[in-house]
Amino acid sequence: MTEPVLTSTGESLPLPEGLPGIVADLSSDQRAFKNVPWGKAMMWIFLLSDTFIFSSFLISYMTVRMSTTEPWPNPSEVFALTLFGKSIPLILIAIMTFILISSSGTMAMAVKFGYEKNKKMTFILLLITAALGATFVGMQAFEWTKLIEDGVRPWGNPMGAAQFGSSFFMITGFHGTHVSIGVIFLIIVAIKVLRGDLDHQRPGFLTGRKGNYEIVETMGLYWHFVDLVWVFIFALFYLW
Amino acid sequence: MAHAERQQQGAEGQQHAHVEGQQHPIGIYLKIWGLLFVLSAASYLVDYFHFQGYLRWFLIIVFMLLKAGLIVAVFMHMLWERLALVYVIVVPPLLLMVLLGIGALEADYTFFTRGVYFFKGLL
Repeated sequence: MTEPVLTSTGESLPLPEGLPGIVADLSSDQRAFKNVPWGKAMMWIFLLSDTFIFSSFLISYMTVRMSTTEPWPNPSEVFALTLFGKSIPLILIAIMTFILISSSGTMAMAVKFGYEKNKKMTFILLLITAALGATFVGMQAFEWTKLIEDGVRPWGNPMGAAQFGSSFFMITGFHGTHVSIGVIFLIIVAIKVLRGDLDHQRPGFLTGRKGNYEIVETMGLYWHFVDLVWVFIFALFYLW
Repeated sequence: MAHAERQQQGAEGQQHAHVEGQQHPIGIYLKIWGLLFVLSAASYLVDYFHFQGYLRWFLIIVFMLLKAGLIVAVFMHMLWERLALVYVIVVPPLLLMVLLGIGALEADYTFFTRGVYFFKGLL
């Protein structure tokens, strides 16, 4: 078994007096997650709830696909691209998969350099991650355009079962939204790193707590989750 | 002498693992990155070579779970977290197996009734 890593969880909270003090005292408890900062624990719990959302989508996709009496369009052919005069099955999706995995790799390294307080490398790697994420969203927009031109709609398509369109737009649309939000936050975190906000412990927006390099890891958790969801979408929607 | 040196290096390495935050050598990320590339390529090849039936489904699921496991364990640092956090995050999604089962049952039933009521072949 690997040894758990020790992490600074910040200073203890001030004890307010009077009415706010009652609320603060009654709502406090022994902290459950001993060696992670609060932001990281909260991000994990958010990701857990997001897991349930995406799972609901994927399970309802399974349900409509199993119950339809029409033939399901073959994703291998629907998502084929003609490159150099040759039709290659699913090639766009494969490239998107590699792009997202690469962005996960650069993100993981950004977290590492962040904890080493290597500002320049963290900034560069965060920016590369954001660029790869933006490329992914761009390719997804291209894919949507192509499918819409082919006549795929949420209520029907010329290739077969009508549920194909609704499942596709719902699942990839929700995932694409996650990637887009991720790109925006990656750029925000990258700017904070470059400005030295984290070195000087300047508080961020929406919080009075001191900034530190743990937000890079929290950002990383979200980004890896987006990649994780894509692993499931790639396997269950595109390859099945 | 060389042995003592190596022991010292080992001790330093141990200390290194105990510094603040999730700090791990860059090599592990690069290796996992490479492994994820290989697994993605493998699952793409399943489609490219037109594997069908149970073999296809088995390979897709295996590659999917391996990739998911690697991302969660290494990239998301679950390997180095305390068990309390790991269990709180990893155990609840197992409940989804129930939803999966319900969905499959319901889908089978819907398919059956559609077959009975929408079948126009004999009219």
